[in-house]
Amino acid sequence: MHGRTSLAAVLLIGLCSAAAAAQELEILHVQNNVYAIFGAGGNIIVQVGSEGPVIVDSGSAGRSQDIMEAVATLSDRPIRGIINTHVHADHVGGNEIISTTAGFASGGTTGAGRRDATIYAHENLLLRMSGALGDGEPMPVGLWPGNTYFNDVKELFVNGEAIQILHAPRAHTDGDSIVFFRRSDVIAAGGVYSNTGFPVIDVPRGGTIDGLIAGLNTILDIIIPAPTQERGTMVVPAHGRIADEHDVLEYRDMVVIVRDRVRAMIDDGMTLDEIQDANPTFEYDPRYAAGSAFWTKEDFVEAVYTSLAQAP
Amino acid sequence: MTERGKRGTWGVPLLLLAWLVPAGAQSDLTGVYGARYSEDYAERIPGPALADFLGLPMNDAARQWALSWDPARYTLPEHQCQVHTAAYIYRGPLQLRIWEERDPASQELIAIKQYISTYEQERTIWMDGREHPSPNAPHTWMGFSTGEWNGPTLTVTTTHIKQGWHRRNGFPSGDRLTLREHFFRHGDYLTHVNVVDDPDYLSEPLIKTNNFVLTTNASANWLWPCEYVVEVDGRAQGVVPHYLPGENPFVEEFARRHGLPLEATLGGPETMYPEFMESLRDARPD
Repeated sequence: MHGRTSLAAVLLIGLCSAAAAAQELEILHVQNNVYAIFGAGGNIIVQVGSEGPVIVDSGSAGRSQDIMEAVATLSDRPIRGIINTHVHADHVGGNEIISTTAGFASGGTTGAGRRDATIYAHENLLLRMSGALGDGEPMPVGLWPGNTYFNDVKELFVNGEAIQILHAPRAHTDGDSIVFFRRSDVIAAGGVYSNTGFPVIDVPRGGTIDGLIAGLNTILDIIIPAPTQERGTMVVPAHGRIADEHDVLEYRDMVVIVRDRVRAMIDDGMTLDEIQDANPTFEYDPRYAAGSAFWTKEDFVEAVYTSLAQAP
Repeated sequence: MTERGKRGTWGVPLLLLAWLVPAGAQSDLTGVYGARYSEDYAERIPGPALADFLGLPMNDAARQWALSWDPARYTLPEHQCQVHTAAYIYRGPLQLRIWEERDPASQELIAIKQYISTYEQERTIWMDGREHPSPNAPHTWMGFSTGEWNGPTLTVTTTHIKQGWHRRNGFPSGDRLTLREHFFRHGDYLTHVNVVDDPDYLSEPLIKTNNFVLTTNASANWLWPCEYVVEVDGRAQGVVPHYLPGENPFVEEFARRHGLPLEATLGGPETMYPEFMESLRDARPD
């Protein structure tokens, strides 16, 4: 069961990277100091200001040059920092090249003149990357974050703006971060929220359905919509279009409803095969099942089932 | 009257009426209009009954979505101020104000704007030939609209509309739908034809018409300052009221009340057509 999910996750990462290689990048202004870059793997969020851009996630390996060129259209300053939301390759693949090519040239601990944008992430992301956690192969050292946090939140103040990096425990993975640009009023949701398909829950890397729902609720708690319940706080998902509260809300509702159904079926003694046959995602299939051939609705239901079965 | 009925009895004749106006003559749609609700009154003013989907081209997924929907979901703060989308908002009680935005130098028409009093929505219908935004752009309740004149008829195409409802009893509308509209004026009357293609929740286009009358009472453009509150004290975070499949207690309520077969009230494209009435000739209420 884990093997299947793990395989699907590997395929997801690989195919996302392959798809990204062929795509043109698109830059959209989200609001205030924050922009989003689409088409380089996972979405990349860019906060600009006089201290140099801070980017959330670094896209797929092989797209780094395009990403740096895209960021350069938004700011002529070196990249100040990279925040990784989770460990998947389409979100961390550019860490090394972007950090060492377009990063901030600092003295001090990193050596005089060496370009080295600080890479921030939750500690579990580093542990997964380095192979200290889980049974995956270590990723190249150059991708590893140099500045990790192990508690609930990491706080920064860059470009005149407070940035909260909030840990979403055991959600998409066990090393997820949600990034909130407080002055710009923009959330980078990371793997907790994508609106292209059913949520990917990487169970072998510590993801759980209840953690994912808690992460979505955290995003909803942060959001304050403008009058008439739209815009206000804006959300950039890991994959898919820019969203606001109602988009996240309908997505959260969907995930909760599917979770509740699977849990009720488990309580009724149904097996995974029987639950798959009952099709608990039925009414959401038109919108989300076609989103990804490499993370199917069956993968999603299996991940829900597995994480509920593992729950204490 | 069902959506199909409206199309059959009003939509086509009114379109024909519009076509009788000389070609190339654009209309002046500006003004303040009050809505007329004689069409589909029961749905539009008192509100639709639960599980009344008669004559609606919903697909099977939409039906399950609607039957798992519990109205108590609107007690969640994030749902309380949810707005009717552009594809539905003209059904509700509203006053409609239409004005033009023109280039001050050339007087070329840039946009036709609308203020819809319910939910205080303002629509911009771009008339300057601009493209629709990227698929990665945010969606809104009113979406992104472009318009063109077909003789005296304003034809509008709208995308980027948020997920909402085709009927406010749980029948969902997806966020990938395309709304095509035709506005045409005949004297003091304004007719609005609303055609929705929804790849997620409709089997066939949903076509509706709405009628408005010019009014001098502009003060009926009411405000709608919605402020969400906690309505259920102590509810655990993240609870989403819904019915598990097969457990909605209201599925048969509308059918029984009106002596209708359940298969008719549960909708579907087949329920829009005369053949369906024939098939039910000998049917009895469940």
